[in-house]
Amino acid sequence: MTDTAATPSHFEAAGQDEAHHDADHKPGFFVRWFMSTNHKDIGTLYLIFAIVAGIIGGALSGMMRMELAEPGIQYLAQWAGEEGNAALHFWNVMITAHGLIMVFFMVMPAMIGGFGNWFVPLMIGAPDMAFPRMNNISFWLLVPAFLLLFGSMFVPGGMADGAGVGWTVYAPLSTSGAVGPAVDMAILSLHLAGASSILGAINFITTIFNMRAPGMTLHKMPLFVWSVLVTAFLLLLALPVLAAAITMLLTDRNFGTTFFDAAGGGDPLLYQHLFWFFGHPEVYIMILPGFGMVSQIVATFSKKPVFGYLGMAYAMVAIGVVGFVVWAHHMFTVGLSLNMKLYFTAATMVIAVPTGIKIFSWIATMWGGSVSFKTPMVWSMGFIFMFTVGGVTGVVLANGGFTNYVHDTYYVVAHFHYVLSLGAVFAIFAGWYYWFGKMFGKMYNEFLGQVHFWLFFIGVNVLFFPMHFLGLDGMPRRYPDYVDSQTYWNDIATYGYLIMAVGMLVFFVNMIWSLVAGKKADDNYWGEGATTLEWTLSSPPPYHQFNKLPKVD
Amino acid sequence: MLRRKNFPKVKLEACKSRLYITRKFHYYVNCLNRSPSGTCGDKMRILTNLMLAAGLAVASLSVTSAVSAAAPQPELAPAPQTELAPAPGTETEAAESAEAEVPAFEHAPAVEGFGMPTGAMGIQDQVSEVGHQARWFHDALLMPIITAISLFVLALLLWIIVRYNRRRNPTPSKTTHNTTLEVIWTLVPVLILVVIAVPSISLLQAQYNLPEGETVTVKITGNQWNWTYEYPDHGDILLVSNMLEEEGEQAEGARFRTDADGPRLLAVDERMVIPAGVNIRFLVTASDVLHSFAVPAFWTKIDAVPGRLNEGWTRVDQEGVYFGQCSELCGVRHGYMPIAVEVVSPERFEQWVLANGGTMPGSEEEAAEEAPAEADTETAEDAEEIAAARSARAAS
Repeated sequence: MTDTAATPSHFEAAGQDEAHHDADHKPGFFVRWFMSTNHKDIGTLYLIFAIVAGIIGGALSGMMRMELAEPGIQYLAQWAGEEGNAALHFWNVMITAHGLIMVFFMVMPAMIGGFGNWFVPLMIGAPDMAFPRMNNISFWLLVPAFLLLFGSMFVPGGMADGAGVGWTVYAPLSTSGAVGPAVDMAILSLHLAGASSILGAINFITTIFNMRAPGMTLHKMPLFVWSVLVTAFLLLLALPVLAAAITMLLTDRNFGTTFFDAAGGGDPLLYQHLFWFFGHPEVYIMILPGFGMVSQIVATFSKKPVFGYLGMAYAMVAIGVVGFVVWAHHMFTVGLSLNMKLYFTAATMVIAVPTGIKIFSWIATMWGGSVSFKTPMVWSMGFIFMFTVGGVTGVVLANGGFTNYVHDTYYVVAHFHYVLSLGAVFAIFAGWYYWFGKMFGKMYNEFLGQVHFWLFFIGVNVLFFPMHFLGLDGMPRRYPDYVDSQTYWNDIATYGYLIMAVGMLVFFVNMIWSLVAGKKADDNYWGEGATTLEWTLSSPPPYHQFNKLPKVD
Repeated sequence: MLRRKNFPKVKLEACKSRLYITRKFHYYVNCLNRSPSGTCGDKMRILTNLMLAAGLAVASLSVTSAVSAAAPQPELAPAPQTELAPAPGTETEAAESAEAEVPAFEHAPAVEGFGMPTGAMGIQDQVSEVGHQARWFHDALLMPIITAISLFVLALLLWIIVRYNRRRNPTPSKTTHNTTLEVIWTLVPVLILVVIAVPSISLLQAQYNLPEGETVTVKITGNQWNWTYEYPDHGDILLVSNMLEEEGEQAEGARFRTDADGPRLLAVDERMVIPAGVNIRFLVTASDVLHSFAVPAFWTKIDAVPGRLNEGWTRVDQEGVYFGQCSELCGVRHGYMPIAVEVVSPERFEQWVLANGGTMPGSEEEAAEEAPAEADTETAEDAEEIAAARSARAAS
């Protein structure tokens, strides 16, 4: 953890053979985008990838909402091309694909791959990531991973094409319950995505520990960098467990092992324990970088430094650590002993404490500030409120005795969409608008940004809030149909989706308009509130930055 | 069934669990599901207590005291169901004679809006004690607290918008620390969590605490895509419960749904029937993939896991028909294996048992005394064989 490793000479030496006098020299199109070792280009690739995956995952959710708009089965047979069980199988394929795409191919690439790659080196004053070539393979592993997952929808997976086992891939449905290559392809897809993330995590940890500019101690790092550091450790520790679990699934499926088969001495619950040992840290992996971004944005637009910096940083560390010892609250109904339920109830509630510290510190940062409500700021404030709502239902769900009722119902769906779709995604949009000018050199349209926010904000609330009621009423998750009396709230939710979709349309119009005709972005277009190192560079930054390392006091 | 093994092996390696004895069968009830201590080996107990202590130490002192008060219960009370063990060897006669004497059992019609989803904004009406306790916990404690917290955060944000916008407050303050404030917003949430934790713990304990007294056992097996209900104490009644299709969609010769059966997607051809005012013990397992037995009105949700026998209980005082749905993704027809439980008076339950060719458990003292002795001679292999035999039966 020293600052001695990064000296200017290291990086100057590396660039000597080609154009070392011109920091902005860019390679040709193919070399630049397909063999990229530049952290900013790789970050851009990740963001493009996340947008494409987000469109596909979002379209899937639109199809699901369409089917759920009315009781009964309306469209499934049409989409699946077959009647009966094959049509119902397509439903399970959609829920599986939507979950996996949004988690592994939208939120994670956008936050860690996209913003992490772009801004961690810039914020710590480093010329690039520690391992630029590994960075390249991290991204390019993600592409075949996505193709495998996408392709799995078109090969046999049981009753019909596609993997219909849910994003959790629970055994034995995923072993003996799904014949055909679809589930194998989905598992291999997760292997590749996991390998990609582990390599990325190693890269971030090395970069953050070794390449900070002189004077930037760990306790002076911007909170976004802290959040990526904690996230990288979570990835590094959690993903190998997922890899082990899904490898055992593969051998159970193909090579006659019985890790998760009680008939051979295995246990289906073993898979669930392994999966959620990964799965719970995974949800913090998806939200922590968002915490970091929101901290930067709130400070910038309040013209104030972040309130309680150390508390904020160590709250994230605490969330990361405690996040590893609460996994079985996803399994409250599987037949745990009373003591286990008591422990996991108590441990889960503990997480509310550091989360509360973060919420109140953000509010305290704005308190007394001179706040301007530009698009990134309204997204951040939306994030704070929506994450609070998702967080308090998390406290409710932490109670094993209560979760007995709502486990696997729409209450859970509402909860995790509030923290992810309204938490993580709000943070992604906040970061996108915050850094858009920095990344692409053109300003977004403020009016369209505000319209996008309000449509999206209203839309997702109308979409997800009624799901609390549906869950309390007992509507189970992953159902293509529902009891007629639940039509009303499902109807409302579908309208919410439409409002949100219009908001997304505004977003894409804004992006195209801004890239084509946007005003040129200044170096520091947010003014005095923006104090991190990326604002000392031009917009967009030079192809290679910080050839002379900045000094931080 | 597509599965090669269509019935789970009863889990044996679980630490010395109490034998649950019925007339013919010996279930090794998964010890994880029993009372906290007393049934498991010492090592396991120490381990779980350690885990518990670690978690609770962080949470709060009062939480710990509540748990430790509840945890040490050295020996489980003698199984009440030994009293229920019927006299051996009489079942066939009883069944035969029953068929002759007992009038056919009439199922009660489902009542619109009762024991089923209603589209309301809250928890379904509860009909068990645990359910009442849990609903109180949510409606009277959790909901007000989380609503207050959310509104408090919203109010702070709105105040910031009104008071600290750039126009009204052009010069920002430079405050970045306030130790008192930081301590307060760490400790107050801890206190709130403690307030939540105490009733939460007692609720959890209530869910594990099968009261003494008459107990009817129903063994529930989740299959792709129906439920099997067995009554091991009642002459091995075995029901296969399938969803009723709508009129015109039903298979040839099959019954279609009427409103008396229940709502669309919830009505079944064979309801589970249980007596009111009596403890009901659910033993839940699965024959192929995971399922979950859920009846919201009873506050019951127990995963059906192949190879495991999960236990839960309820006691319903109010007669009626209650509906639930499978709550763990189990394949293409996951949404079409509903659960319907009809709670009837004990007299009508007896009538139903006899009408289904079952027998009511006798009350002979000898039978009760014989049963434990028999249990000791049984070996693990026997239990497995019996399970296999039953699987053949279930499959046919």
